[in-house]
Amino acid sequence: MLISPFKLKRLGMLGMNCRNRDFIGRYNDRRLYPLVDNKLKTKLLAEEYQVATPQLRFTIREQHQISHVGNLLKSLKGFAIKPAKGSGGKGIWVITGRDGDDFVKSSGAIITLEDIRRHLSNTLAGLYSLGGANDEVLIEDLIEFDDCFKDFSFEGVPDIRIVVFRGFPVMAMLRLATRASDGKANLHQGAVGVGIDLATGRSLNAVQYGRPVYQHPDTKRDLSDINIADWHGMLMLASRCYDMTGLGYIGADIVLDANRGPELLELNARPGLAIQVANGRGLLPRLRHVEALKEKQFPDALSRVNYVQERFAAETLL
Amino acid sequence: MKMQRLPFYLMILALLVAGLGTAWLRHVETDVPLMPGEQKPVWLVEARIDFFAQGGETTVRLDLPDVTPGFRLIREQAASSGYGFAVLNDNNNRRAEWTRRNAAGYQTLYYNAQYLPVSRSAEDSLEPGQFSPEVRDVFWDEPQATAARELLRGALSRSTTPASTAREILKLLNSNSPDQNAELLLAAEPGRADLLVNLLNQSGVAARTVMGLYLEDARRRQSLTPMVEVYTDDGWVVINAETGEQGLPENLLLWSRGETAQLDVIGGENSRLSFSMIRQTVPAMALSNTQFSDNIFSLLGVYSLPIEEQGMFKLLFLLPLGALVVVFMRVVVGLKTAGTFMPILISLAFLQTTLVPGLISFILIVGLGLLLRSYLSYLNLLLVARIAALIVLVIFLIGVLSLVGYRLGFNAGITVTFFPMIIIAWTIERMSILWEEEGVREVLTQGGGSLLVAVLAYLLMSVGVINHLSFNFPELNLVILALILVMGQYTGYKLSELYRFQSMRADD
Repeated sequence: MLISPFKLKRLGMLGMNCRNRDFIGRYNDRRLYPLVDNKLKTKLLAEEYQVATPQLRFTIREQHQISHVGNLLKSLKGFAIKPAKGSGGKGIWVITGRDGDDFVKSSGAIITLEDIRRHLSNTLAGLYSLGGANDEVLIEDLIEFDDCFKDFSFEGVPDIRIVVFRGFPVMAMLRLATRASDGKANLHQGAVGVGIDLATGRSLNAVQYGRPVYQHPDTKRDLSDINIADWHGMLMLASRCYDMTGLGYIGADIVLDANRGPELLELNARPGLAIQVANGRGLLPRLRHVEALKEKQFPDALSRVNYVQERFAAETLL
Repeated sequence: MKMQRLPFYLMILALLVAGLGTAWLRHVETDVPLMPGEQKPVWLVEARIDFFAQGGETTVRLDLPDVTPGFRLIREQAASSGYGFAVLNDNNNRRAEWTRRNAAGYQTLYYNAQYLPVSRSAEDSLEPGQFSPEVRDVFWDEPQATAARELLRGALSRSTTPASTAREILKLLNSNSPDQNAELLLAAEPGRADLLVNLLNQSGVAARTVMGLYLEDARRRQSLTPMVEVYTDDGWVVINAETGEQGLPENLLLWSRGETAQLDVIGGENSRLSFSMIRQTVPAMALSNTQFSDNIFSLLGVYSLPIEEQGMFKLLFLLPLGALVVVFMRVVVGLKTAGTFMPILISLAFLQTTLVPGLISFILIVGLGLLLRSYLSYLNLLLVARIAALIVLVIFLIGVLSLVGYRLGFNAGITVTFFPMIIIAWTIERMSILWEEEGVREVLTQGGGSLLVAVLAYLLMSVGVINHLSFNFPELNLVILALILVMGQYTGYKLSELYRFQSMRADD
């Protein structure tokens, strides 16, 4: 069954055409895209602006470095391999432990050093980058996720997507990996999307495959129990990404590390629209509201976060 | 920064007007038909000249039509072995001239011309440069002079204008029981046309004899019919001296207007001029090409290029339509395709292979390619080398498919080569990665989406009318450009989003 376009309009749902033309096209300067399309650049920029990110161990830029990778990985127990130019989580391998000389992936699969080398080689050749351009690889520390997410995720780290428009966080969603999503946090692969109230960090609404859910499908925990720790800090982190990149319409992917607090995983200059389904409401009214605000009255991240926490507070929770 | 809407829509309007306007002008100016396969009737008129040559230098001159109201000359040629032939043009009077140093015995010369019936325009009746023709002086012998005076007196008393004068004179001449004056004049001058011209000139009305040819299908041995032209306030009006009918009949081709003889044979005798004619139909397209080859619109078209390049342009001009389909399917419908414009390239290939064989061979190649690719992924190759290897394998695949197809008697097997190899290799590579990362479902969605768009574009491109219009009216691509620009402004929901956001129905 299809939904009528008039109803979508009434709900304020943002469509892809409208997003591309009225927001991405108008507020995102193409010149600035490399800052977010390349995770290494994002990371260096984040250090400059003192925005927390996962600890970088080392990078691989040339094919010949791959032969030494065995030595470099020796000291690491768990780590994440990320292509600098990958998009949508493509090419990210999370190694959670060791099995003798071999490595254990987050899915539980055992892989050899040779597998890792091949993956690195493919990545450098541009398998995961747009248009097959030469790529770089980041090796980062693993996230130890916070206790407030205990039993809310099946394998994989839960991450929080916050859409930031002109520095104002306008909508947030928690993405929980499931067995169906194979430990990945992509909604169309079966991850659970939980809309998060901007004022409190508590859950608003949850969906899997576009249908409402109330419990995590694998762990059976009630999704209404979600209460994200340090929510204000997380919004601050997201809001500062605007000052950092200058991009008007971005999606910030943030994780909550048990020891280090909120950390920026990556930025996306073309954030998807599924966040609206997870929240059960459209982005458009909030975007239009923020569009009409005068920038001078909100000089820093704190004023913007305070404004949205008051203005966009939800009336009912899950 | 908001874009100004008005200039944008003005530009769209300008593109539409330029595209449609130029196409219309091209249609009106050069008769390029709007529909393919349009046929037009033409008259093939053949003049045959027979004479007995006296064995010396021979020159034959035939007066040719100059201004032909209602008909347009398309092509003319002469067939006469051993004779030099030229069309001379002096003082707007065209003449065909055959020449031969030595000719003896019976000779036959042919001249034929194709005439296209066209609608008559007002200026056709006026001969250029002759706005106030002079009235000829007429001399009669007695007693005809008296008879003419008497007859004219009666006719003039009952008429006011040159046309009515002519009508009244003809009434007297053509009556069933002509009076003495009329009988006398007719006996002296049996040609009624000449008689009428003389009488009119005597009464002070400019008139002249013209020779016309009645066009009737499949007639042979016709001769020219004398007609009378009377100068009236509206220009020259043709009158049939036998029937009194005014105006130029639809099927009358004005052959000669001058006072010179129609046929002039020097060095021969017993000459005879006869006509035969036939009604043919020819493709309107070919007609337009032969008629207007040096028209500005033809110069702006692609007809002036060599045939090979024309064939290329025929495909090229279809590309914008394919692009339009892709834009529509992606922006308005929201279909996923593998590679933005790959579907157009596939649909162009379909144009060469035709649909069903094209679809079968495309799916075969991509399917087999995916199998080979899954083996390549075991070899742990660098990406560029893997795609290069895939290109080589795809070429082998295509070779094998063509050979097998040919041996089995399918000619379609050979046309597989029209598929763009590199694009196919990349498609296979991306499909294979998609398969690993997102599963077979996504591969089928994107692959199916691409094929659907390709088939739609192909179906549109293979419509005869569209094919014809895009090639003969390249300016129509401006209209497509305008449509694409308009769609680029569309910020409404995609059709697919109505499905994607269906779960929002519960919320309100």
